[in-house]
Amino acid sequence: MSSISHHDRQTTSLANKIQEVTGVALQNCYQCGKCAAGCPVAGDMEMPSCQVLRLLQYESPDYDRRVLESESIWLCLSCDTCHSRCPQTINTPKVMYFLREEAVRQGLAHPKSKDAQAFHKAFLGSVARHGRLHEIGMLMNYKVRTGHLFQDMTLGSKLYQKGKLELLPHGVEDKAAVKKLFKRTTGNKE
Amino acid sequence: MSRLGVFVCHCGENIGATVDVTEVAERCKHMPGVAHAEDYKYLCSNPGQNKIKQAIEEHQLDGVVVAACSPRMHEPTFRRAVTDAGLNAYMCEVANLREHCSWVHEKADSTTEKAIDLVRLQVEKVKRNKPLDTIQVPITRSALVIGGGIAGIQAALDIADSGHKVIMVERSPALGGHMAQLSETFPTLDCSQCILTPRMVDVSRHPNITLLTYSEVEHVEGFIGNFKVAIRKRARMVDEDLCTGCGECLQKCPTKNVADSFNEGLSMRRAIYVPFAQAVPNIPVIDTENCRKFQGKKCDRCAKACPTKAIKFDQKDQIINVEVGAIVVATGYQVMGTERFPEYGYGTYPDVITGLQFERYASASGPTQGVIKRPSDGKEPETVVFLACSGSRDAAKGVKYCSKICCMYTAKHAMLLKHKNHHAKAYVFYMDIRSAGKNYDEFVRRAIEEDGVKYIRGRVSRIYEEDGKLIVKGADTLLGGEPVEIKADMVVLASAALPNHGQGELAQKLHVGTDPYGFVAEAHPKLRPVETTSAGIFLAGACQSPRDIPETVGQASAAAAKVTALLSRSHLAREPLVAEVNRKPAPQFSDCTGCLLCETACPYQAIGHEEIKDRNGNVLKTVAKINPGLCQGCGTCVSLCRTKAIDLHGYSNEQIFAEIMSL
Amino acid sequence: MRIGYYPGCSLTSSAREYDESVRAVCEVLDLTLVEIPDWNCCGASSAHVASEELALSLRARNLALAEAAGLDEILAPCAACFSRLASASVELADNPQKCQAVSEVVGMPYSGGVKVLNMLAVLERFKDEIAAKTDQSFRHKVACYYGCLLVRPTKVAQFDRVEDPQSMDQIMAAAGAKPVRWSSKTECCGTGLSTITRTELVANLSGRIVADAAKREAVAIVTACPMCQTNLDMRRPEINQKLQEEHRIPVLYVTQALGLAMGIDPQRLGLHRNMVPVELPEPEPEVVTTDDDDED
Repeated sequence: MSSISHHDRQTTSLANKIQEVTGVALQNCYQCGKCAAGCPVAGDMEMPSCQVLRLLQYESPDYDRRVLESESIWLCLSCDTCHSRCPQTINTPKVMYFLREEAVRQGLAHPKSKDAQAFHKAFLGSVARHGRLHEIGMLMNYKVRTGHLFQDMTLGSKLYQKGKLELLPHGVEDKAAVKKLFKRTTGNKE
Repeated sequence: MSRLGVFVCHCGENIGATVDVTEVAERCKHMPGVAHAEDYKYLCSNPGQNKIKQAIEEHQLDGVVVAACSPRMHEPTFRRAVTDAGLNAYMCEVANLREHCSWVHEKADSTTEKAIDLVRLQVEKVKRNKPLDTIQVPITRSALVIGGGIAGIQAALDIADSGHKVIMVERSPALGGHMAQLSETFPTLDCSQCILTPRMVDVSRHPNITLLTYSEVEHVEGFIGNFKVAIRKRARMVDEDLCTGCGECLQKCPTKNVADSFNEGLSMRRAIYVPFAQAVPNIPVIDTENCRKFQGKKCDRCAKACPTKAIKFDQKDQIINVEVGAIVVATGYQVMGTERFPEYGYGTYPDVITGLQFERYASASGPTQGVIKRPSDGKEPETVVFLACSGSRDAAKGVKYCSKICCMYTAKHAMLLKHKNHHAKAYVFYMDIRSAGKNYDEFVRRAIEEDGVKYIRGRVSRIYEEDGKLIVKGADTLLGGEPVEIKADMVVLASAALPNHGQGELAQKLHVGTDPYGFVAEAHPKLRPVETTSAGIFLAGACQSPRDIPETVGQASAAAAKVTALLSRSHLAREPLVAEVNRKPAPQFSDCTGCLLCETACPYQAIGHEEIKDRNGNVLKTVAKINPGLCQGCGTCVSLCRTKAIDLHGYSNEQIFAEIMSL
Repeated sequence: MRIGYYPGCSLTSSAREYDESVRAVCEVLDLTLVEIPDWNCCGASSAHVASEELALSLRARNLALAEAAGLDEILAPCAACFSRLASASVELADNPQKCQAVSEVVGMPYSGGVKVLNMLAVLERFKDEIAAKTDQSFRHKVACYYGCLLVRPTKVAQFDRVEDPQSMDQIMAAAGAKPVRWSSKTECCGTGLSTITRTELVANLSGRIVADAAKREAVAIVTACPMCQTNLDMRRPEINQKLQEEHRIPVLYVTQALGLAMGIDPQRLGLHRNMVPVELPEPEPEVVTTDDDDED
């Protein structure tokens, strides 16, 4: 009996990494398109989900790069509609999460993803400091990072009038525990 | 002292490359009891077999050990060879040097030593072998066919035409199965009932066929050539000898709201009914669950209307016991219902139907006389979307297999729609097109090229209702996964073909295997496709896996051929490797004490008991008795018997111990 | 009856009315909410982006705090928090190794037994009480909107059925309402893109939902997720702009709707905080049913 694996993968391919890290086996996708058919934003993606998986199935550095550079992977809503209907139970949202992280890691993230990345950084910054989200603080931080200084200005005041915006942060008592938690997992506060 | 011959096979490279075959033969020469030993390249070949035969004559051998491949391969071959040379077949044994040695080890001295050990075991055994004769079991030369669809019909007719009696059991009130529900069949677009009804009539008229409809197999016992089957003939409440099939009773029944399963729930029938107009037999049945009289209300309109007084409300189920030599399982399949599709409405959208329901609409004998109509409002649909692969090839729904027939019937449905309504728009969402049969691909191309059916490659994610239309949300993967939305008037799901309901229970009764999906298991998928794992029980048609009519008919005839071959003899030869309870002279008569633990333990119900009597008929002792016709030689009773009264022919206790001690 | 309570960050500010109405309704139902002491943010989507470990740990700290406080069940009204916490609960249940690892990061022991429930799962238990405590005058057509996270992913949510769920419909029906049959029950409102970063896409997705509800003549959309409520409610100007139509259908939290049916003062339910004014028409007339004898 041969000891060579049936899936003689290119070890550097994204598909291989995805299998290792997320456990999702992309070769199981038989390109039925049911994911794209139900995806709320498929019409806005230049590369709907089934196309992304198809490109990755090639295990080609060019195609891998095309996927990582795309804007499409940043449009995924993680609504899980695709996953819940996929006949092969492929966890596409998990793959999308991985692709985004990988795109950032390799410095290939699409320019339009900057706002999303800034949002996450602002969000986490607030949580790291207070243990809970301070919405106004987070919004300020986001605006500074993105330069969208005047976004939602009138909305902000409306919210405030209705008592839906806390001016001051209300955080956890044990901030030290939260700081330690961040340090132990991400190595830094952000 | 024995005079054994040992023949060691190289089996080409299979054994020869790993085991030093010549050395093995050489060492065997010195084993006590071995009169002759040699090695050869291919013992199973003609020259090889001749060598064995010559050696038997030359050296007056009284036993043979062939050291070669697995006995499952060639034991019968070598046993026949030694019989030709005048030895009893059971004085030949096979030592497995291939699967048990050369194929599982590397080339080494230890491997050759092991081979020698394996031969020595058989030598010690054969020294103690006794000549045995095959057991002749009489065969009942008739057959039982379970299932009255096209598979059962074909098998029954073929067996009956060969001169044997056939009992045919069908659980619904009439023959025909799913084929009777079809409108037109691919690839010829023949009217299904037109080609089926002559066969159905042939069955009912055939002198060799006893047709039992509205009946089910209740209990099966026995073994190949000797099955005893109890059949429950359910009470129709109609006397079959008096009924003329005039249909007066059907007109008078006041209950009109029972869902008609022949029309797949698309119409209603009465409590007394005949499944369809051309039914064979054309004798009605009272559905007692829905009949007013049987629900305790007063009603006897059907009885009053019957001119021959054939309605008999006090009829009871009958158990009919039959003896047959062979059984053919032809129990067909069922279709996955729309309620299994959450994303397509959980079966609550009336205009989302299955392929089989579409067949009923398209059928001239259907609820709408062949006009395609929407179930919701009875209007003719302008836009119909067909979904291939619904529920099939779907691990998430538990049906990983392809249902085989849907690509073809979907093309057919789309074509029929266009033929009946030239202005209608037909779309087919598909994953692949599987049209491999004769004239099949041409058929699908006809749908696309001549009838203008639009094929879209992709699956549909969701269907929902809006403003009286069905919104179908699919995608086109050939456009890169672009979403495609169609507002349809009707959606037809080519839903998966599943094992028929009740298949599992029937398989249990017959002791036949089923696969993980519940389909009946064949003995070997390539070489024994119409036999089951139980000798004497054959299968035909979709009960094995989804298939179309040509395949089914071919397979049914194949099963019939097997049955005919079995029934062509009056006796069946069984291997004599069975267990036996010993007998001794009086006063002991046997080591058996009559505890009968073996009777309970036997997995094949092969053990009973017998009374040993004196000349006056007084019972002296009760001892166990093993039926050589049923015993499979498993050895359970041998190991269980506390007094060691039972031994196994060909595998006696003495032989086994000798083998072990020789190691 | 008591249950652990995890408000989550949005219920303390931008979804304050959800918190208010939850507390008001639970009081009527005699359900004591025991707020988890010192709970932290569940991490939402952002923690996952930084690190899976961070995400799991932030979630698990809350479970550990609940366990320490002797609470074996916690209610998380925010569907997103529910999904995050439930995911951690599922991942850690029956996995002592993972619990050990996470306990070290979090600095507190966790043995894996805390169950997380969403608002509907809790309200479901009180259907009889709801029927009893409402005067059944809330005879309004409502569109029950579930969104994504209450029913998906199925392994995490383990709740109701993934297509056409029924729990909220049945809860509202128990209160006398008339849930409409509509097709956008579980269509995504667009939260994943965040209502801040891709507002135009949110307007599109949420717009479809609002339009569908309005078409079915619902007088209110009822929801159990603050993200959904925000997108359907706060982003109404953008939605109307996108649809080129003026939609005024209000968006109520399920507890606000129940509170109204129970006759609780709208002020206590935070109705003044909803962005689209909550103005309900006269309730539908009562329908008196007679038993028909069906002779065929």
